[in-house]
This record gives sequence, C-alpha cells and structure tokens, in this order.
Amino acid sequence: MKRTGSAAGRRIPRLIPRIRGGVHPPDSKQLTADKPIRKMDAPSTVVLPLRQHLGAPCSPTVGKGDRVLVGTVVGDAEAFVSAPVHSSVSGTVQNVAPYPHPAGGEVLAVIVENDGENEIDPGLSPRDWKKLDEDGIRRAVRSAGMVGLGGAAFPTHVKLSPPRQYPIDTVILNGAECEPFLTSDYRLMLEAAEEIVEGLRIIMKAVGAPRGVVAVEDNKPQALRAMAETIRDPAIELRSLHTRYPQGAEKVLITTVLGREVPSGGLPMHVGVVVNNVGTAQAIARYFRTGMPLVERVVTVTGSVVRDPSNLLIPLGSSFASAVEACGGFSETPAKVIMGGPMMGLAQYTLDVPVVKGTSGILALSSAEAGYEILREPVCIRCGRCVQACPMNLIPNYLAIYGHREKWADLERLHINDCIECGCCTYTCPTRNPIVQLIKAGKVELERRKALVEKRRKDKAGAEQGEGGGDGGR
Amino acid sequence: MEGGRFIVSTSPHIRDPITTRRIMCHVIVALAPVTVYAVVIHGIHAFYVLVSSIAGAMLGELAMQRGRGLPVTLDDCSALLTGLLLALTLPPQLHWWIALVAGLVATVLGKQIFGGLGHNLFNPALVGRAVAFVSWAGYMNAGYVKTAAIGIANTATHKAIVKAVDVASGASPLAAMKIVYDPASSPIGPGGVPHGIQASSYYKPLFLANPWGCLGEVSALLLILGGIYLLAVRVIGWRIPVIYVGTVAVLTSFTGRDPLFYTLAGGLLIGAIFMATDYTTSPLADKGKILYALGLGLVTWLLRFWSNNPEGVMFAILFMNGLVPIIDRYILPRTYGTVKKPRGGETS
Repeated sequence: MKRTGSAAGRRIPRLIPRIRGGVHPPDSKQLTADKPIRKMDAPSTVVLPLRQHLGAPCSPTVGKGDRVLVGTVVGDAEAFVSAPVHSSVSGTVQNVAPYPHPAGGEVLAVIVENDGENEIDPGLSPRDWKKLDEDGIRRAVRSAGMVGLGGAAFPTHVKLSPPRQYPIDTVILNGAECEPFLTSDYRLMLEAAEEIVEGLRIIMKAVGAPRGVVAVEDNKPQALRAMAETIRDPAIELRSLHTRYPQGAEKVLITTVLGREVPSGGLPMHVGVVVNNVGTAQAIARYFRTGMPLVERVVTVTGSVVRDPSNLLIPLGSSFASAVEACGGFSETPAKVIMGGPMMGLAQYTLDVPVVKGTSGILALSSAEAGYEILREPVCIRCGRCVQACPMNLIPNYLAIYGHREKWADLERLHINDCIECGCCTYTCPTRNPIVQLIKAGKVELERRKALVEKRRKDKAGAEQGEGGGDGGR
Repeated sequence: MEGGRFIVSTSPHIRDPITTRRIMCHVIVALAPVTVYAVVIHGIHAFYVLVSSIAGAMLGELAMQRGRGLPVTLDDCSALLTGLLLALTLPPQLHWWIALVAGLVATVLGKQIFGGLGHNLFNPALVGRAVAFVSWAGYMNAGYVKTAAIGIANTATHKAIVKAVDVASGASPLAAMKIVYDPASSPIGPGGVPHGIQASSYYKPLFLANPWGCLGEVSALLLILGGIYLLAVRVIGWRIPVIYVGTVAVLTSFTGRDPLFYTLAGGLLIGAIFMATDYTTSPLADKGKILYALGLGLVTWLLRFWSNNPEGVMFAILFMNGLVPIIDRYILPRTYGTVKKPRGGETS
C-alpha cells in the first residue's frame, strides 16, 4: 500500500489543526468501510415527508389517488429557503397525511404505493451545466431538491446564492466524515470521485469561486488517494486533515483549511467561503448527468447488532425497518436506534420512520453500548476536560451550570449561542454531566425569553401609541 | 415492527470511559510508590499516620453525607485520596489522633461544608493540614524525624548533615538553610547555626531518600515519576506544575540561593504536582492556569524567604485557591469568532 503522503506521485498537504479541542472517540468505521455501496430496492410503500430540509415546509402538489413517477415533484414551496420533494418510486399516492419523522414529531407526508415499475418521469433529462450561467445552475439545483447531505439538510441553492457584497473565493468540499461509524462519504470518495470533483466544479462556477479544496481526514488514506488520482484541475486542491471529532464541523473545517475564523453569529460566506459535503457535490453532478433529482442517497446502516452492516443506496421515503431488513436485520434487539452518527445523531423511538435527505446513517447500538447510567445527581468536578475539548473555546461546564440555575445573563456573557452542539463536552465528561443537553435547553429558553421581552416592548409601545394618537395600532 | 422499545435520549450517544473514580485512582496509583517508600524509610509509625489520616477523611465524608441525607460517595475514591494526600504532608512521627482529626477536618470543613465534591474553595487536604499546623504547631514541627538514614542516603556527608542539623535544631533541610541564610529570623536564634552546611550536599538525599520532613517529601524522584505518570494518562496538565516549580526556581536564583535545592526540598514538588493541580481548586482554562501557577510561585517564594516559616507551599496554595473564582471569572479563553474576551459584568 502506498503511503498517503505520496498518493499518485503527488504530496497531499497535511494541515495542522489550527483549532484546539475536539475528542477522539473510537471511529468504528471498520464495520462498513470496505463494503461497496449497494442499491436497495424500494419497499412497497414510501413515505415522503414534505419537510426534509431546514426552512419552509413544502405543500403537497399531488393528491390522494394521483399517479406519480420516479422524479415527479410531490411537494414544493414558494419560499426561497426550501427545497422541493420528489417521488422516489412510481406508483399511486395512497394518502397525504402526517407521519412520524426521524427528526422528531409528525410531518405532513406524501405516502406512495410503489407499483414496482420504476417508471421515470418523462420530463427529466440530463443538462449540460457548462452551458448554464450561475443563476441557471442555482435554479437547476433547486429544482433537483438538493440539500446538504451531511446531515443538516440546508437547501443547497441558498448556499450557492451568496449576496454580492460577500464574494466567495474558496469552495471547500467536506470529506472529513468525522462522525464515528459513518462511511457513506468515504465510499462515495472511493467509488464516485469523478462525480465529486465535477460537483465541486459546478459549485465553484455557481458561486464564482476561483479555488476549490477537497478536505479529507487522514484516517482515510484510500479516499485521499482516490481523490488525488481524480483531481486534475489546478484550481482544485486536496488537503489531508488531522483526524478528530468534530473536524468536519463547518467552522472547524474552515479555520483548519484556510486559517479564517467565521465571526460569531456569522456564516461561512462572511469570510468568503462556501462549504459543501462531498455527498452533496456528487449528487449535484449526478443530477446534471442524469436529470434525476434527489430521490435516493447513500446511508450507512451499521452497528454491532446489525447482521450485515452496509452502505446502502436507499430510495428516499423507504422506512428504517426496510433498510435494516436489507442488511439482514438485527442479531439482537437494539437498545437504541440513531439517525446519523453517535455524536450528533437523533435517537428514534420506532423504525417506522422514512429515510430522508438528511439521513447519513442508521446506527443501532446494543444495550451495552447505549446504556450508560446516571447514578446520582451529576456534579462538576471542574476537571476542565470540556473546556479543553470545546472547539469553540467556550466554558461548557459553566454554560451547563448557569443554564441549570437559570442565570440567563451569564449564558449570554459566556457566548452560549456560539455553541455548535457537537457534544465533545458531554462525551468527555467524567461525571456524566449532560452538558450539551443543558446548553441546548439554555439556548432555547434564552431565545424564548428574548422573544417575550421583545413582544412586551412592542405591546407597550403599541399601547402608548394607542393612548396618544387615537387609533391604536394593536 | 419493533416500535416503542428503544431508548430515546439526546446526543451524544457514546461516552469516553473516563470517570471521576478512574481519575482519583490514577492519582492514587501515582502516589503509591512514594507512599510505600515513606513507610520503608520512616518505619511503622508512618503507616499509622497514613491509616489515621485516611480513616479520618473517609469518616468525615461518610458522616457528613449520612447527616445530610445524601448518597454516600466513598466509592468515588476522592475522600481516600484526600486522606492519602493529607498524610503525605504530615510528619511521620505525628500522634495518630492528630492525623485522624486533620483527616476529619479535611473532608468536613475542607469539602463537605461547601457542598461536597466539586464545590470546595480550598484544597481539602491542605485545609486539614493547616488546621493541624496552627493547632498543634509543636507536634507538627517536632515530628520531623531523626530517622537514621538508610540505604542510598547512608553516606558520610549525609551522616554529617544529619548530625549537624540534629544538633542544631532537628530541622528539615529547608529549616536548616533558613538558619544558615537568615539566622535572625530563626526561632532558635543565631546560636544554633550549623557550620559548613552546603545546600548542594542535600541534593542526593532529597532526590533519593530524605529522612527529614513529611512522608511525601521522602523522594523527589518518586514524586516526579508520579507526575510523569499523571501527565501520561492526561489526568493533569503540564502548565501548573512546570510553571509553579519554574517560577520558584527562577525567583530563588534571583535571590541568590540555590534553585535546585529549593526545588527538591520541602513540599514544593508534592504541592506542585499533586495539590496545585487539584481540579476543583484550580482554574479551568489554560491562561488562568498559567496565572495561577505564576502566583503560586511568587507567594511560595515570598513566604519562604520573607516569613518566619521555612516553608510556604501550603499557604501559597491555599491563598491562590481563594483567588481561583476571580481568575475564572476574568481570565477566559477567547470564544471562537468573537473579538473581545468575555469580561466580568459586561454583556456583549
């Protein structure tokens, strides 16, 4: 095996970690790292939630009894920050009704009975992105229903539309995949490096960036080599990242690659950067090559209790249960099922939830792996491990304590809103303090209180105006 | 369908295997060699001091938690560690009941009164020692032994020192040096100045087998090895011990004294490695730790050379412990993406 450093005869620059902090959980990727992506057949019914992205939910564009084809739009919205939803199968709309969503709660969903024909919508056709201008690319990306596939599911066309006052000079493709267990991005880098690089070029064109960087953690030497062999464009660089969690968090990545710090409360575009996941880039390139919108994605189905852990290409809307079944089922009933990785993923109460655009993994943990006990009221021994681990340089234990004791002003003083909720503090805490949970709760409560104060202020102003001016603006 | 049977909780779903108990056990392991060696050098009475001090600390914890109706947390080993650390700062010939009372004071007044683990302002072991120090000053000083030097320490020079110092004052090396350099401040007066004692002649015994002083001062080498172990298992950081000892050494040489002697002698090493690094009573962030360690060095130096006591480590640590809440309020790392440091009363 060739050394990483000299892949394809070229040296891949290794980046020093410019941000301290982070943790090193066991990466557990060996379960699926060597499993090629396998296409899964859609189950007899698919459930397509009309909110699979951050932003405005879609309204259904089909009704009960309508026939839909693979790639047919089933939901769309007028709002800019939104992305349409397409059918992943051909068949008949059985119902449009609220359905459990893996991100929590019930969301209005289009439920399609799969006829097994896989008939493709005739309106779809490949498009040559080189002939499109920036706006054309953005519109195409939106119509493809593209969202960030790393897990956050932010609509991609919004990221590709930075206002003119923020010129973008660099597009970073995030191939860190720092969450333990997940290997979907890794497999894509091995199997679809060509499409990833093409996707990067499309994104660079859309935002007018002269420079592209593909950043991969150094625990994936084969992915680094595959990317190095594929990148031929001198405007695109490959960078090897120090392996640690959360290396792939947007801010951590930007600072490591470029040495720039995203200002508090700001966005990557404020420092001239757009970050996309390698999976998103691949999906964009795929869309232009085939004309097929985002109707399937690679999901790592893994965990020690999964009989045959795999990287599956799953039609969106397939249930978690069908995905697990495609991996041989469970060898024992898991104690916990998580959408995403173990550090930031969302625990599920049922397997009867659909795979959505943001589903990067389905992880099943045994009771031994999932069961940590909080024996007593957790205390802080002030060991400072959370402070050391926090990539944002916060004081997580204080934020947790102040949140717990409802000291709202202190939360703001200590910059609670700069917390990226990566969970390093909680992972590393020797007393098993639920630090990030308390911080999340503190953020929500702080926001609620601010809104309340604002509302009271407005009400008061309105009332005073009403008294003074006659026709009150209540 | 296997619905409704899974654990639902928020992320992260995996945890580092580190626990409070494991941290405490690492420190106990790091202290084990010096503890055993102290008993070897000082004899069975040192063992009585150890047992009484640990028993006192654990009893104090038990009584307070029972009394307050709280779950008893002796199994986290923190009371055991407090008792052990305390014993290592006591003279080996001390009455067992003083060690027991000091142990009780350590966990009752030093820790549980403040709310228990993680809430105490001062290092519990040193609170216990300070109370014993002011209550039974005679015993605490006279307890310094005249154990016959054994093994490696049994050299001609060493014997000469033992004899000279014993004749002079029965004092520890630091006290002997205090008399040499500053006869006027010595409580026993200028009459007892031992002649011809060189600080450098203490190097070897202090490093390998020191018959004077507290249990934990028996070998600088074993303390340093314990410190290296704690650094290796990432229980402590290098900043506090290195900067503390470094500051003392630098200031000592500015004063024209022998920095190596003043590093090896007295409680500096055990204090810097095992006491000043106590999580609860030291600052959280790196910058704060640096400031804290510099302060420790300065206060230790001031007390050693400008007070009546030959030693200053205990009060330096207790003093700086008191400043930690202020350090932690004002010396915080700059949050990512922000320009100004978060300051005390200010809301940004």
